Amino acid sequence: MAKALQTSTAPSVQQLLSADEALRLLRSMQLIRTFEERVRNLYSAGVIPGLVHLCAGQEAVAVGVCSLLGDKDMIASNHRGHGHCVAKGADIGRMMAEIMGRSTGYGLGRGGSLHIFDVAHGNLGTTGIVGGGIPLAAGAALSAKRRGRGEATVCFFGDGALNQGLLFEVMNMAAVWRLPVLFVCENNGFGEFTAIEDVTAGPDLLLRGTAFGAASETVDGMDVLAVRGAAQRALERARSGGGPSFLVCNTYRYGGHHAGDKQDYKDDAEAEAWRLKDPIERLSRWLKESGMATAQTIAALKQEIDDEVRAAVEFAKAAPFPTADDLGAHLHA
Amino acid sequence: MLSPRTATYRAAVLEALAGEMRLEDSVILMGEDVGAAGGVFKQTEGLFAQFGAERVIDTPISEAGAFGIAVGAAMTGQRPVFEVMFGDFITLIMDQLVNQAAKINYMSAGQYRVPLVMRIAVGIGGNLGPQHSQSLHAWATHIPGLKVVMPATPADAKGLMAAAIRDDGPVVFFEDRMLYNLRDVVPDGDYVVPIGSAEVKCKGQDVTIIATGRMVHMALAAAELLGKEEISAEVVDPRSLVPLDIDTLVASVKKTSRAVIVDGGYRQYGVTGEIAATITEHAFDWLDAPVIRIGGADVPIPFSKSLEPLVLPDAQRLARDSAALVRGHR
Repeated sequence: MAKALQTSTAPSVQQLLSADEALRLLRSMQLIRTFEERVRNLYSAGVIPGLVHLCAGQEAVAVGVCSLLGDKDMIASNHRGHGHCVAKGADIGRMMAEIMGRSTGYGLGRGGSLHIFDVAHGNLGTTGIVGGGIPLAAGAALSAKRRGRGEATVCFFGDGALNQGLLFEVMNMAAVWRLPVLFVCENNGFGEFTAIEDVTAGPDLLLRGTAFGAASETVDGMDVLAVRGAAQRALERARSGGGPSFLVCNTYRYGGHHAGDKQDYKDDAEAEAWRLKDPIERLSRWLKESGMATAQTIAALKQEIDDEVRAAVEFAKAAPFPTADDLGAHLHA
Repeated sequence: MLSPRTATYRAAVLEALAGEMRLEDSVILMGEDVGAAGGVFKQTEGLFAQFGAERVIDTPISEAGAFGIAVGAAMTGQRPVFEVMFGDFITLIMDQLVNQAAKINYMSAGQYRVPLVMRIAVGIGGNLGPQHSQSLHAWATHIPGLKVVMPATPADAKGLMAAAIRDDGPVVFFEDRMLYNLRDVVPDGDYVVPIGSAEVKCKGQDVTIIATGRMVHMALAAAELLGKEEISAEVVDPRSLVPLDIDTLVASVKKTSRAVIVDGGYRQYGVTGEIAATITEHAFDWLDAPVIRIGGADVPIPFSKSLEPLVLPDAQRLARDSAALVRGHR
């Protein structure tokens, strides 16, 4: 994926953004990064069982898009979904509890990392089936269209889902019915352990959106402002009845497919090159260079987030595991 | 006195759909050719004219995606009725049905509900061959989180469709297309048959025949044949496969001490086995004979006129097997 790299590490789109707004973007990205670092540590320590799929490196996509959404706007996430949940406003204590399988989690600890639902903030859930959440987002868009209040829906998926037939069925219907939905592909270069080039045909991923007449755009997914700019255009289109859009956000997965993946299949130089584009570093640098924030402000923000994540872990650890009474609860509505 | 009103099975389901759509704006219908075309079996005729394209939605031939969209719509305020044109096509939808629709209420701890009806036409007849004749209702019954109903009569079809639409979770509604023209008494106005309630369709003393869907009519015909041989058969229709009204089924078997289970789907690992095992667990000490299972032949449903009729059992065979059971020959 070296061809997707740009030499510049400065944000490519410098929009009119207040210092407060810009700091909120930084805060959200850093919260995801710190939260997931704790998840990785707890996973290595055996506190978190099962599998966790981390999104470090990809934070700009979740945050750039979700920063423009209200609670009535819905998202559908995927298996690498912690970032989407945090960016959409989830309580990180309840998230951590769910990931640890505790009863104070969003699903009483019965779903885990792959199944985090947050109705209060309009999150239709992370999901364990690649592409599985895509139609749910379109269905929510159908509801939004019926309500007619200008609400929009976003679905996040990786480049792996580009090869699921379900995506094209749904893109077609979204276009035919002009649904207010934004298809966001986080192209991190790998579907599980396989490089995208080895399994994906065609000269340009964008054509998969244009084929259905969806307004389609390729974005530097390591640049939160670029993502936000493209999402802004797409959401305006959705909210005003213009139908679906497709964004290809080129990004990079710092970690493996899941925590514990040795990543033998990755090229070290390429990984290092992507790290130079780190979305958090880039925005921090831009904030400092543009005089919007000082190094002290940013350091204080990081400290605040460390404390917040520590509290979330404590909240989760203090919670009991679900009991036999929870085994059959909510089987039927 | 006026004789009771009758309607066809097709019209009875349509009546429930139209009634629920009038009552509740969030009820929408989605499926292939359900709109202006009125359904390939004319089973949605008139709804498009009454409720318009926003609520009666023609989908492309994209079963998985369209059903998934219905699930997402159900999570966000709609009450979709999603049509699967032929029961065989449920295979295309299994991921969204099994991994999403059935589990979302559970996985989200009740944050999201999926009030959705999957309406599926099944049944053997008309020489439609191996991919347009199967009744895979046993697949749906295997998945925790789904309710599964299979009405046999026009009245039950109306009442169970109303109940399914009002249910806050996913309900799979299997209707045998060979019953569409069956005419019988149908209650007027608002009529609901609770999901999970079986009904004794014909009272008897010597043997209980538990039959599902279209097989109920075969069982009633068999009961008549048995009557001529002085054998009194009770026919019980579970109507809902999940949840199963075990009490009604077991009460009947405790009375007759013999049970024959009849279902039109594949017999292997199917509905008959589940019900037979349930009867054995709950009424073993009352049984005077082994529980008999009669299902469809375990073969792909063949096309040819000479073979298709051999797949499902007939009333004569059912009567013969039931009589043998009563006379102690089994």
